[in-house]
Amino acid sequence: MIRFERVSKRYPPGLDALSDISCEVAEHDMALVCGHSGAGKSTLLKLIAGIEKPSGGALLIGGQNLAALPRSALPFLRRRIGMVFQDQKLLFDRTVFDNVMLPLSIVGFPRRDAAQRVRAALDKVGLASREKAMPVMLSGGEQQRLAIARAVVNRPSLLLADEPTAHLDAQTAADVARIFHEFHHVGVTVLIATYATELFPAARRLQLDHGRLLS
Amino acid sequence: MRVWLSQHQDAAQLALRRLAAAPVNGLLSLLAIGIALALPAGGQMLLANASHLSGTTSAVPQISIFMAAKAERQAATEIGERLGRHAGVKQVLFVPREETLERMKSGPGLREVIEALPANPFPDAFVVSVADDSLAAMEQLAVEFRQWPKIEHVQLDSAWVRRLDALLKLGRTTVMLLAALLGTGLIAISFSIIRMQVLTHRAEIEVSRLLGATNSFIQRPFLYFGVLLGLGGGVLAWLLVAAATLWLRAPLAELARLYDLTLALQTLGARDSALLLGFAAGLGWLGAMISMRQHMQQY
Repeated sequence: MIRFERVSKRYPPGLDALSDISCEVAEHDMALVCGHSGAGKSTLLKLIAGIEKPSGGALLIGGQNLAALPRSALPFLRRRIGMVFQDQKLLFDRTVFDNVMLPLSIVGFPRRDAAQRVRAALDKVGLASREKAMPVMLSGGEQQRLAIARAVVNRPSLLLADEPTAHLDAQTAADVARIFHEFHHVGVTVLIATYATELFPAARRLQLDHGRLLS
Repeated sequence: MRVWLSQHQDAAQLALRRLAAAPVNGLLSLLAIGIALALPAGGQMLLANASHLSGTTSAVPQISIFMAAKAERQAATEIGERLGRHAGVKQVLFVPREETLERMKSGPGLREVIEALPANPFPDAFVVSVADDSLAAMEQLAVEFRQWPKIEHVQLDSAWVRRLDALLKLGRTTVMLLAALLGTGLIAISFSIIRMQVLTHRAEIEVSRLLGATNSFIQRPFLYFGVLLGLGGGVLAWLLVAAATLWLRAPLAELARLYDLTLALQTLGARDSALLLGFAAGLGWLGAMISMRQHMQQY
């Protein structure tokens, strides 16, 4: 599903965020990207989502080399990937329902079916009763679950999450981790950048240290 | 196709909601655009009415030939035949002196004066339509006719219509120039407003892009916003012109009556109205498009 072949990422003026990364994440796999702050976890996820471009090497997703992907094809790649961002990137001027509706609007999903999909996604993360609420009215855990609902509403084959349990209390973090497990069990490939490895004991680990892959 | 239409419908609705979300700002923007467009639109309305005025009078250049007062009918008949044979003459209308007298008698306040005269003071006359209506050809014909016997006076008609036509041409050029200048202003207004909109909706643009939105998807509501601005401004301009028409109709009709003309000031016709709205919407879209092209590179 995802293959890194000697991938590196260098930011100007010469900071190596990732160096010589080679690894593979198989389809239906669940993997954790671990490492200290600044190890390159977020950069790795951003490369997969096409938010950043590798400085060297080849990154293949579903056999497609991202380096060779034209800029115009990027949106279509991103539609196949669900991403939960570290800062959630919720839109605070629209309701919970409309936040989750956005990815479906982008792909032009038929409106009536889209509403059903949105409700199903909200139900899955336990926010069915909050669809009319504004994000600012939600707790931190609920906002995180909303971000997950938005990431999965398109039913992506690959789900990326950047620190999804950060700043959450233990119980809420466990609830969020359970949601990722559920998606993994239905066949979604899940890649999570996290410190909280204890929440995902069965997941494979990709340990990063100063931009290098240790295991 | 259905998806495409649905996305356009959503974008248009979103643009409308954004416009309604800041009613005061929206109204002031529309007012600025409306006033800017009302000037060339009003000019066009006046030109259309002036064109109509010149169209209702004889815009076909003619030459009036007046026989000498003492010339006999036989002389007039000969001149008529000669005119009929002339290659430069397209059509001849004979106006007998009696007919002129009757017509003058029917004029207000003239009957008593004319009846007091011992004899008919009017000459026989001809109204000649010419084959070549260029000013040079007509002047040459007039010079030739003046040399014919028993002809007292030759007058080139429609001179004022020609002057009016020349003024209309100048007016049209001025309106075009004004439309071009104020149209550029409209593009600039639309550009600035869309720039502000892009800054306001920066988060939405960023998130949409991360979720797989194409440039078209992101730009669409902003382009509709530009179109709505232009269209709204166009409607406002139309209303301003219509109000000005109603306001000016009575005093202008009164003025026209003094010159023995009939003038009922008409507001912009269907074609001009459609042109105004299309022009306004198009320029609003263009301003938005330029703004998006410039600002999308940042996201």
